[in-house]
Formats: sequence, C-alpha cells, structure tokens
Amino acid sequence: MANKYLHIHRLRRVYVWELPVRFYHWLNAGVIIVLIVTGFFISNPLALMSNREAANQYTMGWFRYIHFIAAYLFFFNFLFRIYWGFVGNKYANWRQFIPVSKRFIKEMWTVFKIDILMLKKNGQQQDHLSVGHNAMAGFIYFLTFLVFLVQCLTGFGLYASMSDWWLPKMFAWFPAMLGGDIVTRQIHHWAMWFFILFAVVHVYLVFYHDYVEGRGEVSSMGGGWKFIEEDVFEKDKHMTPNPEKTK
Amino acid sequence: MTNDVLPKQPTYYEEVQRKGYSRRDFVRFVSMMTAFIGLEQSAIGQVTTALETKPRVPVIWLHFQECTCCSESFIRSSHPIVADILLDKISLDYTETLMAASGFQAEEALHNTMTKYKGQYILCVEGSVPLAADGVYCMIGGKTSLQILEEAAEGAAAIIAWGSCASNGCVQSAKPNPTKATPIHKIIKNKPIIKVPGCPPIGEVMAGVIVHYLTFGRIPELDKLGRPKAFYSKRVHDTCYRRPFYDAGLFVESFDDANAKKGYCLYKVGCKGPSTYNACGVMKWNNGTSFPIQSGHPCIGCSEENFWDNGRFYERGSSFAGFGIEADADTFGKVALGVTTAALVGHAVATNIGKSKFIKEHQQEGRESEHELKS
Repeated sequence: MANKYLHIHRLRRVYVWELPVRFYHWLNAGVIIVLIVTGFFISNPLALMSNREAANQYTMGWFRYIHFIAAYLFFFNFLFRIYWGFVGNKYANWRQFIPVSKRFIKEMWTVFKIDILMLKKNGQQQDHLSVGHNAMAGFIYFLTFLVFLVQCLTGFGLYASMSDWWLPKMFAWFPAMLGGDIVTRQIHHWAMWFFILFAVVHVYLVFYHDYVEGRGEVSSMGGGWKFIEEDVFEKDKHMTPNPEKTK
Repeated sequence: MTNDVLPKQPTYYEEVQRKGYSRRDFVRFVSMMTAFIGLEQSAIGQVTTALETKPRVPVIWLHFQECTCCSESFIRSSHPIVADILLDKISLDYTETLMAASGFQAEEALHNTMTKYKGQYILCVEGSVPLAADGVYCMIGGKTSLQILEEAAEGAAAIIAWGSCASNGCVQSAKPNPTKATPIHKIIKNKPIIKVPGCPPIGEVMAGVIVHYLTFGRIPELDKLGRPKAFYSKRVHDTCYRRPFYDAGLFVESFDDANAKKGYCLYKVGCKGPSTYNACGVMKWNNGTSFPIQSGHPCIGCSEENFWDNGRFYERGSSFAGFGIEADADTFGKVALGVTTAALVGHAVATNIGKSKFIKEHQQEGRESEHELKS
C-alpha cells in the first residue's frame, strides 16, 4: 500500500494565530451574530401581542440595549485588532491585508487561479501554500475592515443624538455629511448584508482549505496551530536566530 | 412712503399698539415666543425690551419653486400677533403672495428696500431655485429666480431658508429633478443662512427664528446641518407621546387593526420619527391641536433632506434604485445569499473533481496511518 504514493508527509507545527488574534476572532464572530439578530429585530420587530401595559414591558428597548452593548464591544475589539496589526506576529501584521506590493497582487492572482478557477498546470492539479492568510483572503479581510468602519460610522452616527458621551458624539458629523439619519440608517442596513454573505463564504472556505490541504485550517482558530510539510518548512526557513530563544 | 425720505421705523411695540393690542397681549406674546425659542424665563425682559425699543427689521420674502405652505403655516401661528405684526404690518416690505402691490409698484418696493436698507434686511426665501435651462422654469418680472436671489442676497444681513424647498429642494428636486431645483445654501455661500426645514415648518418655529434674530441681533445657534438647535436638536421620536409603546415593542401592524385603535407605535407602518429632527411632538400644529402621529399617521420625515427619495412613506425598508420598486435591501440580500450559496455548492462539487488528487492522497495517507497504528 505504502508504495502507491510518493511519501508520507511529515508535518511541522507553526504557531500562526496568537491568543489575542483568536480572542479577537471569536469575540468578533459572537458580537456580529448578536448585532445581526438584534439589528433585524430593530428594523422589523416581531408582531408581539400583549395584554400588559406598555410600562410593564421593554421588549424593543432590550433589543436596542443589547445591540448598543454589542456595538461597543465590536468597536473596541476592532480598534484592538488594528493595534495588534502593528505589534502582533507576522501573520497578524497589517501588511497581510493591504495589497501594496507587486508580490501581494501576484499571489492574489495565483490564489484565484488555483482555488477558484481550479486551473491545472501541465495537466497537474495545483496546490497553494500560505501559512497565514493567503493574499486573496487578506484582501477580503481588508474589505471587511472597511465595512466595519462604515458600520461604526453609520451606527455610532445614528446613536450620537441619543448619547451624552463624547465618544458617540464624535460620529455625529457622519449622518450630517450624508444628509440625515434616514439615508444613514439605510446604509447601515445594507452593509449588514455584507457580513452575512461574508460569513457564509468565510466558513465554507475554511472547510475547503482544511479538506483540500489537510493542514488543520479549521482548528487553527482554536489552538492557533497550523501544520506544514517538513520539506516546505526547510525550503522557506531563514537562518536569522529567534531573539526570544537566545534570551 | 416716498422714495426720497427714509421714514423713522416704528418699533414692534408701537406697531402692536397701533394694531389695537393691549400691553397684556403683547407681554403674553413675548412670553410665548421666549419659551418657543428655548430661552429661560428671565429672558422675557430682554425679549420685551428688544421688541419695545428696536426698530422693525425690514424683511424681503421671496417665493420661488414652492407651494406657499410655509407662508400658510406662518400666518397660522398660534398667537395672532405673529401674523399681524411680524408679517402683516411690520416687516414685510416685499412678498409676492401677501403684499397689496403688484407689477411695477411691487418691483419698486423690492428695489427700494434693497437699496435703502442694504446690509440690514433679512432675506426670507421660500422655495428652491431652478438652475436647468438657464433658470427659465421659474421667472418673475422677466428675471430668473437665480438673478433675483443673487441680487437680493447681496445686501442681506442674513438669509432664512424657509421650508424643505429652500433648505434641501423638497419634491421638485426629487429624482430625476428635471428643473435642477437647488436649495439656497448651494447657491449663496457668503451669507449666514438659517435653514428651517419642514413641509411646511411649524409656524411657531418660524416666528421663533425671527424673534430670536430681532432680540439678539444675530442668528440663533445652528446645528451641523444649519438648522436652529432650539427646534431641531431632538428627533420627533424623542418627544413622541407614543414612545413607550415603541420601547415596549407594541406596534401598529396595519392602519385598521386593534393596535391602531389602542394608539400603539406607528414604527412598523413606516414612521420616520426615529430619523427626523423636528419639534412636532412638543409644539404640535394648528395652535397646539395635534401633529401627524397624534392623528394616527406615521411621520413622513418632511423636515429631513431628500425625504421624497429616502424610501417609502409606509414602510421602514427602502427600494433599491434599478431593481424595481418592490426590491428593498432585504429582498436584494436574500437573492444575493441564494446566489452565493449556489456558487459555493458549485465550488464544492468542482473541488471534489478539480482537487481529487490531493483529497485522495490525504484520505489514503490518513487511512494508512489508521491501519498501521495498533488499537
């Protein structure tokens, strides 16, 4: 049996997602789900019938309250992730997300050819290895950050007039610039759909990579580990000593 | 009044007396106005003194693309002195709809005020200015609205843009805006402009803005969109008496249901109160009788910019331009979600074919390891 394939892979463990990145990821996933559910309710509340006096219930109030709490968590989590893009490891770095170099754009094209068009090279099926985000994923995450920004600007912009705190008030210029709360609310609602579409594609692609590459893509956001082939590791490693090791 | 001699302007109080109002009426009017413009009780004296001593401020009131609902609202202000004194007798040197003069005399009155009181008069503009086709869509006395506005704005101390037409273009600037109806602040840049949006604005709000200017000699404090903060800093929602039903989650589902009878919140039948900045909930209309929500109709957001293009009146969602009138954000989103899911299913099938080599290898490798391990 063993001679049927070239060789059994020896895999090497790489610490890709640090604890703060994993924490950010799951908190973000959680609050986005809460924001979408409460957001849908706020935009079109269920037809609840009640014999109780209005003073004895606070249904809409609670949904809005949870939405606002989740929004604050989302906002500060987002700020934290931007900060971590400057101090975290190389896979968390901001350079992973913004297509500035030629290499980045070239890799995006490669990923597109291999993972979406599934092109073959010389009749051979192809595989692409990126230890952290691949360039295409990195760029899509950059777009999500832009949508995060839009949601913060529109969301806190709408919230500004209800708040006494300086932080939400800082966003009051945004609805004023767009020409009022009505259009701002609509943009906030439209942009929400991006999160739903993103989540569907994101979850699918994580399973796709795990299935095709077998490097532990799904579990990497749990323990932080990914596994790469020993020969790939030998090829890509550089000899600069790890400063933490020499301490 | 001759063209040569500039008569001494009577004060507001003198005019009030001449009109036959008592001192008591006058003070009642002042107290009401002071409250409306958001001043505390101690300022009543200040407002009284201003109206007793200051000569009338000349007002030119221009009408362009509009329906005159602003003027109608103004002359229905709850206190008769508003109409009688601020508008009828004292201030208006020129207004097409209310002045007795016409033709040459009217044009002359306008010209006289503009030259005699250069730099002193308030210019009130009702209506938007059409810019398409060199402005032929709205011409008065052989001049386009734009020419008249620019001439009149030249010597104005301040400009009040009455109503949604002058503040943001209102219905005539709704898409596709065939006459290129343009609000005042996009044409006149070098004068202080007070926007008093609404279709129409509340009469007391309009009077309040003028009284504020008379009392203090400067325009009231404005918000980021150029509206007086005293009247436009709160949403209709914030002062709505149906707000408790909103917070409780009790909504009118249709106009003929039991919830409508009980006076529940009109949010789900399209109320724009949560996005509309105005004083309707506090000041109300027609001498404080009622306001739309109190009459069982959702707020249509008439004082908000582009309210004709900002979605439907009786629904929260808004249509998507180019996708038919029934397609709102959620319909669009659901279709996109369906297309995405279909694409992913297609991709999953393609993966099992296009990446069969890797998948097979991994599976074989994994099974081999399983075989070789002892149980």
